[in-house]
Amino acid sequence: MKKMNKFISVLSAAVLAASMLAGCGETAADSASGQSGASGDKVFKIGAIGPLTGGAAAYGIAVCNAAELAVEEINEKGGINGYKVEYRKEDDELNSEKSVNAYNTLKDWGMQLLVGSTTSACSIAVSEYTKQDNMFQITPSGSAEDCVLYDNVFRVCFSDPNQGIASAQYISDQGLATKVGIIYDSSDVYSNGIYQKFVQESAGKSFEVVSAEAFTSDNNTDFSVQLQKAKDAGADLVFLPIYYKEAALILTQANTMGYAPTFFGVDGMDGILTVDNFDTSLAEGLMLLTPFAADATDDLTVNFVKKYQEKYGEIPNQFAADAYDAVYILKQAIEAKGVTPDMSVSDICEQVKTAMTEIEASGLTSAKMTWAANGEPNKEPKAVVIQNGAYVSR
Amino acid sequence: MLNKKSKDNLITYAIVIAAYALFQILALTGNLSSHMKGLLVPMTYYAVIAVALNLCVGILGELSIGHCGFMCIGAFTSAFFSKVTAGVLPTAPRFFLAFIIGIGFAALFGFLIGIPVLRLKGDYLAIVTLAFGEIIKNVINAFYIGVDKSGLHFSMKNSMELGMEPDGNIIVNGAMGITGTPHDANFTVGIVVLLISLFVVQNLVNSRDGRAIMAIRDNYIAAESTGINVTGYKMMAFTISAAIAGAAGVLFSHNITTLTASSQYFGYNASIMILVYVVLGGIGNIRGSVIAACILYLLPELLRGLNAYRMLIYSIILIVMMIVNWSPKVIEWRKKTFGKVKLPGRKEAA
Repeated sequence: MKKMNKFISVLSAAVLAASMLAGCGETAADSASGQSGASGDKVFKIGAIGPLTGGAAAYGIAVCNAAELAVEEINEKGGINGYKVEYRKEDDELNSEKSVNAYNTLKDWGMQLLVGSTTSACSIAVSEYTKQDNMFQITPSGSAEDCVLYDNVFRVCFSDPNQGIASAQYISDQGLATKVGIIYDSSDVYSNGIYQKFVQESAGKSFEVVSAEAFTSDNNTDFSVQLQKAKDAGADLVFLPIYYKEAALILTQANTMGYAPTFFGVDGMDGILTVDNFDTSLAEGLMLLTPFAADATDDLTVNFVKKYQEKYGEIPNQFAADAYDAVYILKQAIEAKGVTPDMSVSDICEQVKTAMTEIEASGLTSAKMTWAANGEPNKEPKAVVIQNGAYVSR
Repeated sequence: MLNKKSKDNLITYAIVIAAYALFQILALTGNLSSHMKGLLVPMTYYAVIAVALNLCVGILGELSIGHCGFMCIGAFTSAFFSKVTAGVLPTAPRFFLAFIIGIGFAALFGFLIGIPVLRLKGDYLAIVTLAFGEIIKNVINAFYIGVDKSGLHFSMKNSMELGMEPDGNIIVNGAMGITGTPHDANFTVGIVVLLISLFVVQNLVNSRDGRAIMAIRDNYIAAESTGINVTGYKMMAFTISAAIAGAAGVLFSHNITTLTASSQYFGYNASIMILVYVVLGGIGNIRGSVIAACILYLLPELLRGLNAYRMLIYSIILIVMMIVNWSPKVIEWRKKTFGKVKLPGRKEAA
């Protein structure tokens, strides 16, 4: 027994030592490749972070794929300022701890600009480190208010509060309802953020909030109670600041109980028409505020959707659109200031930061986007309504 | 002359200090990648909580699968304190007080939970601790706490109910948790906390109290019949274990600036991951827990290059490690092959 334990302790120590060496080996390899990159052909190194495995993988994969697609397109057309772009993605498993690890991995690789993280909490955690390193970060879809707390972080999507404000404004201006019921996911940062701002903003508007019912990610299959409360309160519009998967269930269950108010969603609702086994006729008349509709007919969207589908076999969602825009926004900002890859990460950040407040970008998610120095985008929210199984702009 | 036990303890400290020195030298000479640097602090707090759980599972002999719940309490109470006093107190005393608060609350909850829970044994205890871990997580998710000049505001409904002044600051925002906790934790602090928890646990194990605790583990009835205060000692071990888990939580919340009470950090999966560290390191073997926690935390990160395959390889490595460490056949074979090799560093049989 003693010998065995002795052996285990030595073995474990050996493995620990080996794993340390493995860590060091990695460093050496990385720094070597970094040097060869610097002395040889100069390239911009753009990294992306998102959940590529686990429950939220759909979002991370969309972001990383679309960023990859954008980088390939840019390289085909001769790169940024004549320099090619190298791209690498890292998985964060929807865990802010892992997201920071992913960021550090990308930093070792020599990343100069970061597209990420995909989700809010991860993005906030990473921004603490990009601020320390003064690396430019643009999050395609980190929508929580605190994501752009530091001046080196910008975002492409609307912030959660902005979506709440825009929704309340839109419902009031269009006179869509007098009594509004809300069903939201209290365990989700995104849903909470929109819900809170929506309720705050609804004061003094032409409607009143008559019911606000929560669910959590642990019980997101049966919504009959929440729907019944909204129905009893006489809500003629139900606001759903949630993701499309739960929304599909809500629409189905509302139909079963014969409750037919107007449903109103935000950008997380995009994708509802692609849910498996969902009767899309139930989504008729559903309204949503979204920056992107995959079946829009402008050249840019058609081209993007076609290429994305060819390469990845899926219809891109708004996460993909945001990430695709993010890469092109970086390109535009870099070109505006004539930034070159041999500048230090911090210098690139300073230049791009200034450029961001000066450029006016046009992309999939809006024809006209500008940024304030605080990192918030300024773009028009688009409202669409689903008619005959397709988005129609309102 | 040191006896065998103290020598064994000193070896554990020496391993930790040597690892610290090695990493510091690598960092100072610029040989440590930022990826590895970022992994150092998480490694220390997972090692700390593995030590805490080993005290509960290995020494006390009670299976707890809700230990991340205590970590969660330590993390939230200390992050709350740090956020409120961020502009008031200088870093060092603030972080020290945060530790006291985090550890204190975790210990308090360990004590309170211990009262009903420790009457149960075996599977029942495991289930109750599991439930407790989930309750903590869900309750914290429902908290909204804000501070403005008229004091603290509290609500369990939503942040609008707080009725805050416009200049108020929402500290705990329901599922959004606490963001913007000062980034105080570093590798040195982590190692100090690890050393202190090792010191506490190893000295407890080798004390009169520790022997009583292990007697309860080995034979409850015999221990009781010799006059050992079973409930008292059980409570003591469980509370200390919870307190150390709280310390790991303090490190956790001061290392990552966003703190949410979600499943991936404090759910039962996370608790079971810690249990895996303890089982692989050897139940009752404190040094083993530290080493296993470090290796198993590092592995998936070092396998990053393999992308999606890393999950698969990680699981295979877990299985292989478990077989190599604990299968009787393999142990026999190992004894035959390596039995004659004399190695330094003997330790207590688990």
